[in-house]
Amino acid sequence: MKLELRGITKRFGAMVANDNVNLVAQPGEIHCLLGENGAGKSTLMNVLYGLYQADGGEILIDDKVVKFSGPGDAMAAGIGMVHQHFMLIPVFTVAENVMLGHEPTKFGGILDMAAARAKVREVSAKFGFEIDPDAIVGELPVGVQQRVEIIKALIGNAEVLIFDEPTAVLTPQETDELMAIMKQLREAGTAIVFITHKLREVQEVADKITVLRLGKVVGEADPKSTANELASMMVGRAVDLDVEKAPATPGKPTFKVEGLSAWSHSGAKVLDDINFEIHEGEILVIAGVQGNGQTELTEAIIGMHGKTAGSIQLDGRELIGKNVKQVLDLGVGFVPEDRTEDGLVAEFTIAENLMLDRSDRKPFAKGLNINLAYLKKFALEKLNQFDVRAQGIESKAAQLSGGNQQKVVLARELSRELRLFVASQPTRGLDVGSIEFVHEQIVATRDSGIPVLIVATELDEATQLGDRIAVMYKGKIVGIVPSNTPRATLGQMMAGISA
Amino acid sequence: MKRVMKEFTGGSAFLSILAVIASLVVGGILIALSSPEVQSTATYLTARPSDFFQALWNSVFGAYDAMFRGAIFNYKAQDTLQMIKPITETLAYATPITMSGLGLAVAFRSGLFNIGATGQIIFGAMFAGWVGIYVDLPWYVHFPLAVLAGVLGGGLFGALVGFLKATTGANEVIVTIMFNYIAVLLLGYLLKTPILQAPGAVNPISPPVKDSAKYVFFLGDQFRLHGGVFAMIIAVVFTWWLLNRSTLGFRFRALGHNPNAAKVAGINIGLTYILVMGISGALSGLAGTSQILGSEQVLTLGVAASYGFDAITVALLGRSNPWGVLVAGLLFGGLRAGAVTMQANQGVPVDIVLVVQSLIVLFIAAPPLVRAIFRVKVSKEVAA
Amino acid sequence: MKQSKRTPIALLVMALVGLWLFISAPSGVTMINISTDSDIFKLPDFALNVALICGLAVAVQIAGLLVSGYLVLAKNHKTPRWVVIMFAVALVAEILIGLFAGKTMTFTSLLQGSLALAVPLIFGSLAGVLSERVGVVNIAIEGQLLAGAFVSALVTSLSHNLLAGLIGAMIAGALVAWVLAVFAIKYVVDQIIVGVVLNVLVVGLTNFIFSTLMVSNLPLYDQPDRYSNILIPVLGQIPVLGPVLFNQTLIVYLMYIAVGVVYFVLFKTRWGLRVRAVGEYPKAADTVGINVFRTRYISVMIGGALAGLGGSFFTLGQVGAFGKEMTNGAGYIALAALIFGRWNPIYAAFAALLFGFAENLQYGLAIIGSSVPSEFLLMLPYALTVVAVAGLVGKVTGPAASGKAYIKS
Repeated sequence: MKLELRGITKRFGAMVANDNVNLVAQPGEIHCLLGENGAGKSTLMNVLYGLYQADGGEILIDDKVVKFSGPGDAMAAGIGMVHQHFMLIPVFTVAENVMLGHEPTKFGGILDMAAARAKVREVSAKFGFEIDPDAIVGELPVGVQQRVEIIKALIGNAEVLIFDEPTAVLTPQETDELMAIMKQLREAGTAIVFITHKLREVQEVADKITVLRLGKVVGEADPKSTANELASMMVGRAVDLDVEKAPATPGKPTFKVEGLSAWSHSGAKVLDDINFEIHEGEILVIAGVQGNGQTELTEAIIGMHGKTAGSIQLDGRELIGKNVKQVLDLGVGFVPEDRTEDGLVAEFTIAENLMLDRSDRKPFAKGLNINLAYLKKFALEKLNQFDVRAQGIESKAAQLSGGNQQKVVLARELSRELRLFVASQPTRGLDVGSIEFVHEQIVATRDSGIPVLIVATELDEATQLGDRIAVMYKGKIVGIVPSNTPRATLGQMMAGISA
Repeated sequence: MKRVMKEFTGGSAFLSILAVIASLVVGGILIALSSPEVQSTATYLTARPSDFFQALWNSVFGAYDAMFRGAIFNYKAQDTLQMIKPITETLAYATPITMSGLGLAVAFRSGLFNIGATGQIIFGAMFAGWVGIYVDLPWYVHFPLAVLAGVLGGGLFGALVGFLKATTGANEVIVTIMFNYIAVLLLGYLLKTPILQAPGAVNPISPPVKDSAKYVFFLGDQFRLHGGVFAMIIAVVFTWWLLNRSTLGFRFRALGHNPNAAKVAGINIGLTYILVMGISGALSGLAGTSQILGSEQVLTLGVAASYGFDAITVALLGRSNPWGVLVAGLLFGGLRAGAVTMQANQGVPVDIVLVVQSLIVLFIAAPPLVRAIFRVKVSKEVAA
Repeated sequence: MKQSKRTPIALLVMALVGLWLFISAPSGVTMINISTDSDIFKLPDFALNVALICGLAVAVQIAGLLVSGYLVLAKNHKTPRWVVIMFAVALVAEILIGLFAGKTMTFTSLLQGSLALAVPLIFGSLAGVLSERVGVVNIAIEGQLLAGAFVSALVTSLSHNLLAGLIGAMIAGALVAWVLAVFAIKYVVDQIIVGVVLNVLVVGLTNFIFSTLMVSNLPLYDQPDRYSNILIPVLGQIPVLGPVLFNQTLIVYLMYIAVGVVYFVLFKTRWGLRVRAVGEYPKAADTVGINVFRTRYISVMIGGALAGLGGSFFTLGQVGAFGKEMTNGAGYIALAALIFGRWNPIYAAFAALLFGFAENLQYGLAIIGSSVPSEFLLMLPYALTVVAVAGLVGKVTGPAASGKAYIKS
């Protein structure tokens, strides 16, 4: 089955997310759709999958124009999608999830669970997955959940399969396995559209590459292109992907974590005997696949995690047992991984966001009142210093781009008297320009003699930014290694095999 | 929830006015339908349509005219005093509604859906009532003490909800609904025991509060308006200051918009929940004092009237903005006051106010619906 | 896994209450009457020694507390459900025997009254289940019940047709639910606001029409026929339970069917799977081609129709006329039953029965002239619900997307 998108245009208000986009997916071919965050890749696929209605252009299957008014139509036409955020219901079983939407039934609409289970087993067997159809999805590891998502996409005999940023949550090994599955599907004659911004993956599997920038197709790339060539095409200017930094000159180890363990609300152990230390003027990167305890580790450090045991010391003072405010007051700067959820109040102005953590003290507070005059002066100063592109300090945070939002968070967190800087996935979802800015700020913070802890899920960022790398797996630190450790070794460590 | 709050605070006053008009129109239709004259003239509508329209006009205009005369200015009254009495009635009704509405506004702005105004008013009235009835002190100590007790009573009952949410994560909507019923039943029980029941009384009713604990009836005894109206103004200014100028209010709003970010920024969420609900309940407690130390002066099961619900609608109509709440409170006070005259003069049941009131909230909550009714074009700004 | 200590602590508190009741319980015996006229064979009244029963009950409670405490603290296990149930049964038995000490408890009539009070609650909680399971919080159960009560009285009075009354009630309930759905789904208004406001709107409308229309000619507008009891042969003659369960009006039998059908449909059929999917994660349902909005509308409106049916029980099953605000908060108790029953139709029905029992107990106590204030019995559903949502007895979580509007971008 051949799929063609012709002149697709999609607008949101004044913003053009897709501008006259053309794309052809042929059977037995992996077609990569490459672009920066916000380039319009996901919008395009949502149009194709019937989730959005295009404002212009048409979709053709085997050269015949089709019209999708919803995902049901797209599925019926043989299009399946593996979503970036899994479309799985955590409290349902695998079989229930997979059959949802086209349930096998007996008389009177009664579910035929046996048939659903059989179908899951059949498809699993074909790809060598070992999945129990009666397992509750929410209790499965993320990698397995993705396989459920793939089974779900395949079960309707899909001939075109869309993978939307599928590797974000996978270990390098799981990523390799996914690539193998994609190749297997290609051999079987499936047309695959693979959406990603990871150049390495593109180079590995792509038969064809279409590059999208600011909603427009900027051209097709040769699958043999180098990473820098692809990146330049994606960003629209020459890019140097390396982080510029001088070798570290570490001082005293002022931040120490010893025997740290933590438990989740349900009582599961999420951190298991964590030990490490960071020196002044050094960046330690915590590498690992998302969901292996990194979030809990940063939460434990800033005092947000309820059940912890062990010791976290900054300048000889114990942080465990202190609340968030007390920890921040000891000089900890913290950039959370989800800036819109945890870092900013979207409805607040830039100025208000800048005083979020210190509204109760001088000079921001004057008695019980807010010191509006000082706040204005402070905000204007930070706006300049951090090059936040906004109409003014009264702009709402929600109106800013992701990069500018992150600059506001950095401006706030770096404007305290710091003794430790912690940033969790500080460049997630940012454009290349902002990524460069954030990296510069982090390196500058290190160079001012502060211990820095960065959580990174992408190996490239980990190796480029870190002076040392600690790899986490299932709540444990597998090992702490120098940043020039080979990728393959790091990849193995991320799967729990110690170096 | 977040989105809704935005809807309420981000919409325009214009749409609010349209919503009120639309609701009054629907109310007018109901009034007309229920009028016997309209019904009888409708039977020969084709023969003599003028009769029908005359009857229609009479019933609807008559009703709203009576409402105007009951709520704002009675131009048919004998003397000046009687002419201006309606506006004082409106203010008297508006006082507890606005106070309690302010309390809910504080909670809404902080992201907490407090529908427990009824229970908090009752607790305020019970505490203030007990001090007002049984304590013997000179007025300059007794009155402030009674008001303070009421504020404390409502505040503690509210803070209990905040405490439950902070410690157990209990949903405040469910808890406040349940607490309303518990408060009513507790009041019912206490009014049957010597703790609050008047000696020798058969009905659930308390002795009257002492004069030394009452609000001042500054216009004289023939008016129901009392000093609570000044407390209301103070409460409006306080709430405005709290939400817009104080650092505490800043933390309240941060919690309301994004509790996660507030938490990461070191704001003590649990304590803030308790403070928000405490202050919210305290303002409803103040409304309770206005009832027991002002309008009612004895404690009965009806002490909270329907003010708990009115407060919700007022807070929503005023878009949780203190001055907006005041305007909305005056409007609903006027509806209440006018409805009494409307029933007396035109035989239109006061229940029409409930209908109009709930329609106003529904319309306000759904701007697209109001726009569709009035065919208002969507401006660019709203669309983006 | 570290187990929460909440359950043993809650049990400890309740066991102390039980102990206090035991110490302060009067001596003597409680007579239990469990026979009625229609029984196949008569069971004699029997007497229970108050001190003995209360003592036994306290012993059971302490045993339950010890088991729970041992398992949680020493073994790090959860407290088994059956321990909690045993504990609750013992405490309830102790309270009942204590309350009726020295008097006769007519057990069967107590149960009959409880069921009658529970019928609208059960219908209401089913409405809540269908609505919340599909992701729409239904605070408007009260309004749906009241609308059903009003319309069934009006329609039956005018048509002299009981069935027409039932159908009218269902339409009325569904209509209120439709308004809820439109505002919640189409206009994305906060569902709690709409619910609260709708309740008042229905009160206002029914009061208004009652005062302007019904009162003008009560025999014409507000004197509906009533359903009479249908005794089911054999089943209805079983002692104790027979007269309670199987000598009832048509509406009650419809209720039994409704509970079973709602449970079956929700958990065993395609439609039910889709309803639950929409209530948990609407976007996931959307991406497999399920029409989220339509599913929500249908489920909420079927729920409303059931609540309307429950409302008709007030007028056609019990009182025989409409009265202003006659539902008197039953909708909120139904909401409580729904939460207490963990969004499960069968559990919710049992919770509603429990609440009906607590409510009815005050009448039973009034007959024997007990001095226990009825207010505290009436508080029970509300207090228990607060306890439930505060998570003191197990964790209560509703459908994940309940209360959240689905916005299709």
